[in-house]
Amino acid sequence: MKRVVVLGGGVGGTIVANLVAKKARDADVTLVDKTGKHVYQPGFVYVAFDGWDPKRLVRDERKLLRRRVKLLVDEVVRVDPKGKQVHLRSGTRLPYDYLVIATGARLAPQEIPGSEVAYHFYSVECALKLREALAKFGGGRIVITVGGVPYKCPPAPAESACLLDYYFSKRGIRDKVDIHYLSPLGRVFPLETVSPTVQKIFDAKSVRYTTFFNAERVDPEKKVVYSLEGEEVPYDLLIMIPPHHGAKFAKDSGLTDAGGWIPTDKYTLEVKGHEGAIWAIGDATDIPISKAGATAHYEAKVVGENVAAMVDGEAPIARYDGKVMCFCDAGFHRGIAMRFDYQHPPVPPPLSLKWYLGKVLVNRLYWTIVPKARA
Amino acid sequence: MAEVVITRLVDARGSMCPGPLMALIGAVREQKVGDVISVYSGDTGSRTDIPLWVKKAGHELIALRDHEGYAEFVIRKMR
Repeated sequence: MKRVVVLGGGVGGTIVANLVAKKARDADVTLVDKTGKHVYQPGFVYVAFDGWDPKRLVRDERKLLRRRVKLLVDEVVRVDPKGKQVHLRSGTRLPYDYLVIATGARLAPQEIPGSEVAYHFYSVECALKLREALAKFGGGRIVITVGGVPYKCPPAPAESACLLDYYFSKRGIRDKVDIHYLSPLGRVFPLETVSPTVQKIFDAKSVRYTTFFNAERVDPEKKVVYSLEGEEVPYDLLIMIPPHHGAKFAKDSGLTDAGGWIPTDKYTLEVKGHEGAIWAIGDATDIPISKAGATAHYEAKVVGENVAAMVDGEAPIARYDGKVMCFCDAGFHRGIAMRFDYQHPPVPPPLSLKWYLGKVLVNRLYWTIVPKARA
Repeated sequence: MAEVVITRLVDARGSMCPGPLMALIGAVREQKVGDVISVYSGDTGSRTDIPLWVKKAGHELIALRDHEGYAEFVIRKMR
């Protein structure tokens, strides 16, 4: 039996564990997760802006795994690549033949001084706090800003601006709310070919925007956010995407670059310097594409195929082509879809009901299809 | 150029736009005033967005050099 250890019970780790258990009979598969809970992160915006019950976003990881996959609810402290074992918080040392790191990104809001007064929607708890703050908000300036790049789900801040427009329109006080989006880049949307479309949507919705604004600090008393570029913007309610880093254990294990991301081959998804033994997927890698569930989903299928092949003594031939597919909700039952890979930038279709329904469908079918690797 | 000492090298080759700019912004956050950062980028979009950002952020673009298959941007953090 070959020992396959998967770190992280998010979308990527769960798919890899299930695929290897399904395809490789000689694999002894163990998944380690800190909480044992699987969270559907694309639903955070709907908790904040659409009143979703947070219970919709959380399931027991055990129920999403094939019976052959062992689940260890424990925290990874360190990986020892030479000794081929993982050290866990409980003191357990877990030996492996093949290791897959899918531990995502961690949030570091404390890195932006003063940002403790800012809201965000990158966890269930924080999405709920934002929902409460919005319910009390009777008018004024809402500023959306980004505390550090890269961050998860690059379209999320722009999407949230559109959903705020929809939220306050439904409440009948849109004319009393000034929505101002501060983009960290030189355009309003990270993907160059999609940005003009998003800019038109912002213009139509009277969402103001400023480009090249990378939040550096907040003055909670003056209610002003300052940028690395030397600008300042006043706010009444501040939404800040917190800075992101890779998992601490990866840094402590000497597996990361300066930003805490794991140097990973963008085609084979093998960790550089540890080829044939360690793979990394999803937000944890340094691969320069979107940190998003859709990315982890497609990467996981490649790694699952290749690790299963290696367990069976076959050559790992699957390669990741950079495929990402995602939907953005623009409010008022309209959305856009983006599909792209390393060679083909996205060509955005017009804003339509069809792509909004695409997002609704993914939200509904996720639990049935995605973690179990049925799509 | 000979007297400029590079404090930090950011090799963003293989990264598509806006990856190299994002990598530069991350490095500027971490370095001290006066430090010199060299960014390698193979993406043509960087030729527009890196100089624009450097100018807006009040830093100095010391040099833009062409190499085989990539460009090198040398930036001094000024503030």
